[in-house]
Parts: sequence; structure tokens; C-alpha cells
Amino acid sequence: MATITPDVLTAHNVTADEYSKILSILGREPNLTELGIFSVMWSEHCSYKSSRVHLKKLPTRSKYVLLGPGENAGIIDIGDGLGVAFKIESHNHPSFIEPFQGAATGVGGILRDIFTMGARPIAVLDSLRFGPLDDPQTGTRNRRIVEGVVSGISHYGNCFGVPTVGGECVFDKSYSGNPLVNVFALGVIEKDKVFLGQAHGVGNPVIYVGAKTGRDGIHGATMASDEFTEESKQKRPNVQMGDPFLEKLLLEACLEVMETGAVVGIQDMGAAGLTCSTCEMGSRAGTGIEIDLAKVPQRETGMSPYEIMLSESQERMLLVAVKGREQEVFDVFEKWGLDAAEIGVVTDTGLLRVKNHGQIVAEIPNRELADEAPLYNRPFTKPARKAPLEAPAFTATDVKADLIRLLGSGDICSKKWIYEQYDHMVRTNTLSGPGGDAAVVRIKGTDTSVAISLDGNGRYCSLDPREGAKLAVAEACRNISTVGAQPMAATNNLNFGNPQKPEIMAQLVEAIEGMAEACTHFETPITGGNVSLYNETLGEGIHPTPVMGIVGVLKVTKPAPIEFQSEGKSVVLLGGFRDEDLTRFGATQYANIILGGPWGLPPALDMDYEKRVHSAIRQIVTSGLAESAHDLSDGGLAVALAEASFGGIGARVTLPASGRPELQLFHEAPSRILISTANAQDVRAIADEFQVEAVEIGTTLAGQLVIEDRITATIDELRQPWSTNLEKMLHG
Amino acid sequence: MKFGVVVFPGSNCDHDAQFSVTANLGEKAEMLWHRDAAIPGDIDAVILPGGFSYGDYLLCGAIAKFSPIIAAVKSFAAKGGPVIGICNGFQILTESGLLPGALVRNTNLKYICKPVALRIETTNSPFTNQANQGQIVTFPIAHGEGRYTADEATLDQLEAEDRVIFRYVDNPNGSLRDIAGICNKERNVLGMMPHPERATDALMGSTDGLTVFRSIISAFAAK
Repeated sequence: MATITPDVLTAHNVTADEYSKILSILGREPNLTELGIFSVMWSEHCSYKSSRVHLKKLPTRSKYVLLGPGENAGIIDIGDGLGVAFKIESHNHPSFIEPFQGAATGVGGILRDIFTMGARPIAVLDSLRFGPLDDPQTGTRNRRIVEGVVSGISHYGNCFGVPTVGGECVFDKSYSGNPLVNVFALGVIEKDKVFLGQAHGVGNPVIYVGAKTGRDGIHGATMASDEFTEESKQKRPNVQMGDPFLEKLLLEACLEVMETGAVVGIQDMGAAGLTCSTCEMGSRAGTGIEIDLAKVPQRETGMSPYEIMLSESQERMLLVAVKGREQEVFDVFEKWGLDAAEIGVVTDTGLLRVKNHGQIVAEIPNRELADEAPLYNRPFTKPARKAPLEAPAFTATDVKADLIRLLGSGDICSKKWIYEQYDHMVRTNTLSGPGGDAAVVRIKGTDTSVAISLDGNGRYCSLDPREGAKLAVAEACRNISTVGAQPMAATNNLNFGNPQKPEIMAQLVEAIEGMAEACTHFETPITGGNVSLYNETLGEGIHPTPVMGIVGVLKVTKPAPIEFQSEGKSVVLLGGFRDEDLTRFGATQYANIILGGPWGLPPALDMDYEKRVHSAIRQIVTSGLAESAHDLSDGGLAVALAEASFGGIGARVTLPASGRPELQLFHEAPSRILISTANAQDVRAIADEFQVEAVEIGTTLAGQLVIEDRITATIDELRQPWSTNLEKMLHG
Repeated sequence: MKFGVVVFPGSNCDHDAQFSVTANLGEKAEMLWHRDAAIPGDIDAVILPGGFSYGDYLLCGAIAKFSPIIAAVKSFAAKGGPVIGICNGFQILTESGLLPGALVRNTNLKYICKPVALRIETTNSPFTNQANQGQIVTFPIAHGEGRYTADEATLDQLEAEDRVIFRYVDNPNGSLRDIAGICNKERNVLGMMPHPERATDALMGSTDGLTVFRSIISAFAAK
């Protein structure tokens, strides 16, 4: 019976070449269930078929890395017999179609990746990208997406009981039809109690635990591997529904069952659900798995094998137990009121054999299915440049008015409206929460804290993906260093358009290579991550947006705040002015918001200098010399000075008379940190030691920010737009 | 002394409460499971912690009130044992009738997490005997349904009987008469939306919450 027609292949996003590979693996024609299984496992989302060739260029090892890419999350050593497991993952496509559930299940998915390893999640951060809130055409929809995504994250994270301790939120036209929701989670784990997603031990039972399987999310992975068209709205049933309460129970039950010693391996059911967890666990262990779908707990009647295998119902896990100790597993899940059902057994065949009421409905070799997806070395050209290289002619008229406008703009204004909806304190470990340069979370029972920063810069990358990616790594490491931590490792989320377009593929390649160079330089190997391609709507790609999550380690102390603390202290610009020319001014917030940019190139990065600045600031803050420390980023020096003043203590500073004032105030050259200190001499001595500049630019004073000959403002008039504009833009 | 911390499915501030009374106050704590039908004899005070008991899908605390442990907490309270319900714990206390009134959605319809200033309205309770009347303290709030509401007669009675223990200085959620925490008539059951256990460690930004637990300890010592 020829059920597999070209139309069926198209509907499954399986190409003719891929289909011939399937035929040769099976030695026969697949049935529809088998084709469905191949289509999700070989989707871009699950197989990384367009990016794997290039991901190999990333550094993945260091003496701190306990577990690199390939498992559910990476793990690094933080001492005291402990490690932290962390990863970032995207839920971009679902969040566009159904913002609340899309974002909520994004949080749920990454949390499962963490606790499936045996780690208790202690922090979540989010990197969000939306279309402009005030855009005449798309503003209404963009506002609705922001509301939905933020409530989805809030709902899931708060109920689960993990603090959402930081992140970033950026607005740009390129995300209007394709928002980005990248969620990072981190958990603590005992080094010698790491659980892997491996189905070892022929004869061991395969046990399904957690929520029942329904029809939600079928083909979610395939959807996430396609561009959006007008028909995408019909894909709403492809978005999964999350239940954070169930996930909380699943967390507690999984951690408890792992303590019994009855668990051999465990993996969450995320993208591609039961299909992915079975074949990956078998493939990693070199075993086969045989399951009977009739034993899978189901919440709907009449589900076909195809639907059960492809469902992406949330809050489910697959575990392999030690034969004879099944009851211990069942007892723990019974205690937490969760389903647990033995659905199959580990075999020595290397096959994924799926039965339904005893009848074989699919039989595919695990390794070929999980690891031998087609690899594409897709053609790439040069990244396409849309913006001009040359700067337009412009004259700044009122830099104070410009500063106020920048402070109230979407990317720079306070994100309090967002983060006050997140419980950022639960678990009582948050030493530095949202609004700081990096989040800092202590590890109870140790003298260690973990610092985390998420950074991306789509606009920089749109002008030069290689340099933009390096700048993202540099900024994340700078943020980590500014709170006094040593950057240790990284996770990345690569958000790009359609890789089948050579100019988009070029962006991906350049960004990965830039990231590889920077991660090597800053000694932050990538321990895992996520690639999200086909972020396009109606043929228009997003800005290439690699998002870096960097994790660092420091002692348990309260980090220096970003705000000035007391009057009469020296204000020092560590790293110096780093003058920029007009071409490298074109990617800045000032160029974009005030002058209608972008143009030119991203700011220039000297990675050697940058790294020395990190060493210097770490020594300055850990020796207690800085009363405040704040990294310069969006909006440059003027915005950093304003943000440092929002606690009520401002400053009087004098800048060199040479150069264009708007460049000096607003350029975004990296490698710079604003410090206030009672001891400028010692700060300078440390800067000298690391051969970086430390320029004393002024003194703190109450209530005002004065930049001599440029800007005189009360702190209130600067703070007002900064603190209220996000809510105004959302609610008018 | 020894605290009992009740764990419902969905409790998520249980570990924080335990850590607070043990690591920050040096007392003992034992976790009590929601299916337990009795409070162990060596428990001197019970904490109903924050979280989302049973998912709180119906109405916060509405399912928890039927749990075996709540029956046990009721008899513990009837014998005069101190009970403190924090956040979801307060919601459970009102749902189960140990305290009057109800907690409904914040007026802005959003979850709110931030430190807020509270005024301690009375020191006549085992939860505030170490504080000063009118003292301003800062505790975090973290809730979507924290707007205290009750009929006028109940509110009048609470005030007349000096049972409003905490008031918001700048009302964040629309609670009637700025109420943040109340006690029962016998004064041994306290319900409050703000989280004192999150303010017992200088590293977390405030140690104002210590006064609540020190008061409980002091009342116990005085017995």
C-alpha cells in the first residue's frame, strides 16, 4: 500500500533526498507513523542538520567542564563536590502563535532539561525580543505578544518555584512577526550524582512518568523548523499547554526517585516527545527500546500511534529503572500523585520497536534515527548588508533632550514592569536580581555564588555577524566580571532566519566563527545550547541574533550595586573613553533612535584589552574598592551615568573638550565600566597593573547629573521617563 | 524550639521557611506532609508556607482546606499552638475558616514581586511582641492574589479587637484598609501576605523578618 505520496512528504517537511535515505535505512517503505517519527527527529529543531557542521567549531572543553554538549544540559564544576547544570533554549515559534502558552512551556521545557540530570533548578533568566510597541502597523499585536509572553513566564516560573533573576528585553522591527523567547535555566547538582539520558541494561523496564499524553503539540518540532506564513495561525493546536504545578510535582518526584538508586537513566519528553526520548536514550546507550503504546497513559480517547509518538504534551519523563526495583519508582510517583507506567523494555536489538496492543506499528534503528540525520553543509555567500556603510550628515542640537529620549526608549528604559511580575526571590538565594549587570545567586551550604548574564545584540550582528557575536560574548563576560565573578562557561542560543538562503547561512557561519574565537579567548567553552532557524515571517528574516548565556563563579558576597552610593566619591571610567569614529557609531542606540540609523559597523572590540579590563574590575570589586560598578552598554557613557544616578546620588563629571559631544556621550565602545570609589588611587594602581586606562572623570553629588558644558539635569527628570515608559507604551 | 513546616504538593517556599528558622535563627524545623493526620507532639509552632498548594487552580487554598494536615493544624491551633500562614498559607487559613475574609486578585490583575514597607500595628501578639508599635519594616511580597477583602462588619471587628497586625504603608494590591496581616480572636493564628522568611538574612537585603520569628521564640520561652 503506497501511503507515502509526494504530498505527504511535503506535509512532513521531508525532502526527496531525505526520503531516499529513510528508504535505505529501513530497506522498505515506511508507514505513516514511521515517516512521522523520522520527520520530527530529522527536523532542523531536533537534528541541527544545517548548523552541526559549523557548531563543531565551538570550543567545548576546559578543566571546569564536567559535561559538554550532547546531553540535556551542560555541567561545570563549581567546587565543594558540586556542579551547576545549565542551558538556554528557544520557544520562538510557539510564542508568536500563542504567546502565553508558548512562553510558559518554554520555561517548562528548559526546567525539565535541568532536573532530568538530577539538578535542582535555582535560577531562570529570559532573553526576549519583540517588535516595537509603538509601531503604527504592528504595535497592537506586539503589545499583545509582550503581555502574553511575560504572563506566561510569570505563571510558569512563579508556580514552579524557581526565581526569574534577570535577562534582557529588546525591541526592533525585525522581530515584529517573529518574537524571540530564549529561556535559560540553571540548577545545582552533586558531581557524582549526574543522571544521563541513556537506556542501559538489556531487560531493564522503560517507565513513563508524569502527565498523560494528549493531542497537543503534535509536530511542534516540525513547525519550529518552518517559516511563518498566513496559514501559521492554523497551527495553534501545535502549541503545547503547560501545567507548572504538575512540573513542580514531577521535579520533586524525579529528584526523590533518583535518590533511591533504582534509576538507570532518565530523559524529559520535550520536542518530539516520546519519539525523541526513546530513540535518543537507546542511541546513546547503544541499545534498543521496545514499547507498547497501549500502556502509555492517555488523556484523550482514540489516539493513533502516530499521535501518541508525536505528541508534545508537557510535564512527561521517560526513565529506565533497574529490573526488579520498579516498585520503588512507582511508590515515589504515587506519593506525588503522578502517573507512572511501565511501557516497555530495553533490548539488545538497537531498534526502536513500537507496538500498539502487541502489534508492531514502527520499527527503526535508534542510532540512524537519532544521530544520522542528514547533515547539510548549506551554501553560503557573504552576509547581506541592508544598511549603508557611510554615516549620514547630522548635527546634535540638544544632547540633554536626546538623553531623556534614550532613557525612555524600549531597550534602555526600566524593565520593572516585566520583572516585578516574576518571583525573583523565591528560594532566598538572589544576591543580585533583575536590573543589575549580572544576576548573582548563592549556593546554600557553600561559600560560592553563581553569576549569570544573557546578552545578544541583533543590530550589531545585522551589520557584522562575526564582530557582533564577539561583542555579545565580551559583554556577557564583562557583566559577569563587573559583579566580581570569573566567567567559566557559556551556553548559546542561535536565532537566525532561513538557512536555505545563502546570505542567511552566511550570517550563521560568521556568527558561530566569531563566537568560537571569543569563547576561546575569554575561556568560556560552550557546554550546550540551542539553534533556532527559520525565524522569518513572509520572507523577511530577523536580525541574526546569537544570544550568549555566560556563567561565572564568585564567593558569597553582596555585589557592588550599579547605583552611586554616597556623595563626594570619585567617578572613574575604567577602560577609558575608547573614542569611536562615525562609521562605528552607526549601530548605537543613539544612531538608531535619534538619527534614524543604523549604518556602518558595530563598535570596535580589542579582545586582549577587554580581557584585561575584566581582570582589573574583578580585582577592584573583590577588594572592596568600588562602591558601585556599572558596565557601559546601550546608550554609552551618558546612559550609564544616568542609570548609576537613579538611586538619588548623581555626579558632576568633566569630559575632554575635543571630539563631537554626541559621540563622546553616546558611543558604545566596549571594555568600559563606570565605578565610584573612595580610593581612586588604588583603583588606578590596579588598572595600571593590568595595563588598562582608569580615567577619573568627576565626583558624586546628590540629586543631580552634571556633565560639564553638555548636560545639567535633576535625577528626577531623567528617572521619570526611564521608570515609567515601558508601562506607558504598553497601556497608553 | 521546633517549627513544623507543612508541605503541600505545590508548596514552594517550604525550604525557605525551613532555612530561615534553622540557618538564620538557629532553631529546629521538621517538614510535615499534607497527608499527615496529626502534628507530632514535639512541634511548638506551625508554618504554612507560600506556594501554589495543589496548583491553586480553583481558588487559592480551596483544595488545601480539605487536606488531613489542615484538620491537624486546626486542632493544634485550638490547643493554643502558634500557627503562621505566609502568602499561600494565609490564603489557606482564610479558606479553611481559621481566619476571616478572603484574598482575591490584586487590583492590577498581575503578580507582584517586590519589597514593600509595612507598619507593625500591634505588639500584642506572639508574632510581634519583639517589635515596636508603629515600627516600619520591609518584607518582600510575591503574589497574584493578595488583596485582602472582608465585609465592613468583619473589618470593623478586626480593628476593634486589635487583630490587624501588619498594614501596607503604600498599598500594592488593593487590600481593604491596607491590611497585610491579621490574627484570630485568640491571637495564636497569624496570616500575612508578605514574606518575613525572605527578610531574615542581610545578604537578601533585609533582616526585618527576624522580629516575627524572634517574637514566636520569645512567646514560646515565656510559656
